Amino acid sequence: MAFFLETLFGGLMVGMLYSLVALGFVLIFKASGVFNFAQGAMVLFAALAMARFAEWIPMWTGIESRWFANVAAFAVAGLVMFAVAWLIERLVLRHLVNQEGATLLMATLGIAYFLDGAGQTLFGSNIYKIDIGMPKDPIFLLDKVFEGGILINKEDLYAAAIAAALVALLSLFFQKTGTGRALRAVADDHQAAQSIGIPLTRIWVIVWCVAGVVALVAGMIWGSKLGVQFSLTTVALRALPVVILGGLTSVPGAIIGGLIIGVGEKLSEVYLGPYVGGGIEIWFAYVLALVFLLFRPQGLFGEKIIDRV
Amino acid sequence: MFYRENGQFKTSYRADQQVFPILQDRVAIGLVLIFAFAVVPFLASDYLMRAILIPFVIISLAALGVNVLVGYCGQISLGSGAFMAVGAYGAYNFFVRFPGLPLIPALILGGLCATLFGILFGLPSLRVKGLYLAVATLAAQFFSDWMFLRIKWFTLDTPSGSVSVSNLQVFGWPIESAASKYLLCLVVLVVVAVLTKNLVRGAIGREWMAIRDMDVAAAVIGIRPMYAKLSAFAVSSFIIGVAGALWAFVYLGAWEPAAFSVDQSFRLLFMVIIGGLGSITGAFFGAAFITVLPIVLNQALPVIAGWFGAQISTVGIAHAELMIFGGLIVWFLIVEPHGLAKLWSTGKQKLRLWPFPH
Repeated sequence: MAFFLETLFGGLMVGMLYSLVALGFVLIFKASGVFNFAQGAMVLFAALAMARFAEWIPMWTGIESRWFANVAAFAVAGLVMFAVAWLIERLVLRHLVNQEGATLLMATLGIAYFLDGAGQTLFGSNIYKIDIGMPKDPIFLLDKVFEGGILINKEDLYAAAIAAALVALLSLFFQKTGTGRALRAVADDHQAAQSIGIPLTRIWVIVWCVAGVVALVAGMIWGSKLGVQFSLTTVALRALPVVILGGLTSVPGAIIGGLIIGVGEKLSEVYLGPYVGGGIEIWFAYVLALVFLLFRPQGLFGEKIIDRV
Repeated sequence: MFYRENGQFKTSYRADQQVFPILQDRVAIGLVLIFAFAVVPFLASDYLMRAILIPFVIISLAALGVNVLVGYCGQISLGSGAFMAVGAYGAYNFFVRFPGLPLIPALILGGLCATLFGILFGLPSLRVKGLYLAVATLAAQFFSDWMFLRIKWFTLDTPSGSVSVSNLQVFGWPIESAASKYLLCLVVLVVVAVLTKNLVRGAIGREWMAIRDMDVAAAVIGIRPMYAKLSAFAVSSFIIGVAGALWAFVYLGAWEPAAFSVDQSFRLLFMVIIGGLGSITGAFFGAAFITVLPIVLNQALPVIAGWFGAQISTVGIAHAELMIFGGLIVWFLIVEPHGLAKLWSTGKQKLRLWPFPH
């Protein structure tokens, strides 16, 4: 039982991080109908920027404090992501207005390749560390109930807390600010939003900036857990079924889908894996999402689209 | 001046419905075929054959298959690499488990394995479409990556999943030299291309295109979406499977599951985008572009860097390649969404009227 709970918690923690990446997908899809395949590349790019600036800033300024270096690196990396968002809107999206979803998907594939190359050219392609000072020691819960207690990584708890804070912040932004309201209006209906004077292009820049910041936070957490390296892009591929499961247009869907996938992955690996040769983590999420699609094509919380001729 | 069709009158439906109704096109295609079959094997060096021509021919075949599904039927697939892998390992299993099985039937059986796999993973297309389907086909990719690495039965219990074939021959001809490999692949490509061209011209191709353009409307006029979509998946994955088998047997010789990773799927998709969606010629242009580009960049980038007095490392070249790839994809989508094939046909259209543009 304790082992089961441990696995469950482990899955929830991983799922939280999937949710973060999935959130980036959902935000952009909601506001512009673009299925952003470049989210993974953005996570890598942001994490690389953050890791490298955290190294460079103390060198340039001579200030030794790690806290200062991290905050400054986060800010600079955030600015870099804003610049990337602005460039993407300027150079790519603006020219592809009113194209089909498939074309836009392929354009974001192109962006993903470009960002992968550019990130590694600018920031180097070794494995870097992001050290934001998260404690690594494990803690034990409920050691009265189970023998030995349940082992949980403190790092995971912090990561989950950061992710939760980000989600709360985002929902505040969407619900309470004028810009957030404009974003939701665009998400509902592009044309109607435009006709009451909401500038579409600016909204797109904003939403890509937000997705950039989400990518930065996701990259920071993943990076401090696993180190910043090229394999971070595969995290995004793992997060794709999350979006499918939760529904492309739903923020709660991304979060709950992430948790389901995270838990499902870990439990299936531990309890089913040994029977089929292990390593089923890689495709379990996809097959789960696929089977789910057969019964509910719009995902858990997605909008049902009715086609008429 | 020469590309003009005055005086070429069609007096029967048969003549009007040829694959190449214009005489100059027929002559040009004939010349290209003669060149490819009779001249290239003698002119091209071994390096040129092995590094460029053989991969180009096989990859064109795969791109043709992807184009059937993505270009003609409008079902975005990111799982083409998986279909190639199934074709390769399927053919391998038949080839090794049935001693004495000739190469050609093994290739076809490999293609049939890919067909079954393709239909299975095409089933979600009946419920979902567009972006959701793209993600669903990724499932095929990850599943096949895992399957050939972990299920030892498929790889005859080799520990790393890497297998090899040897002593290939067709009708008693050994497929050993670069020229013979090239010719074998070329024959397969030409046969498949002709069959595909006729398929997409015919009733079934029209059904695919109707589904691509507006599936609900197609269903209303009596096209069965299930039949059309699944047949597109079947035909496409058969072609991709045969290409995968050729890639493994003829080009690689010895391979492991990583040879058919998700990267391969993306590359095939780019070929179809850059070449031109829904066009047979496009598949060739795209394949040529993607096969030759890395080689050209590898040669050219150090030289260009040298002009500015800079050194560029191999890693730098790899990154520059990624950036140029990405930039080109976006650029093509913006400037020429119909790909190189469209440029080609625009050029032909201009030639017909030259020198008077109206």
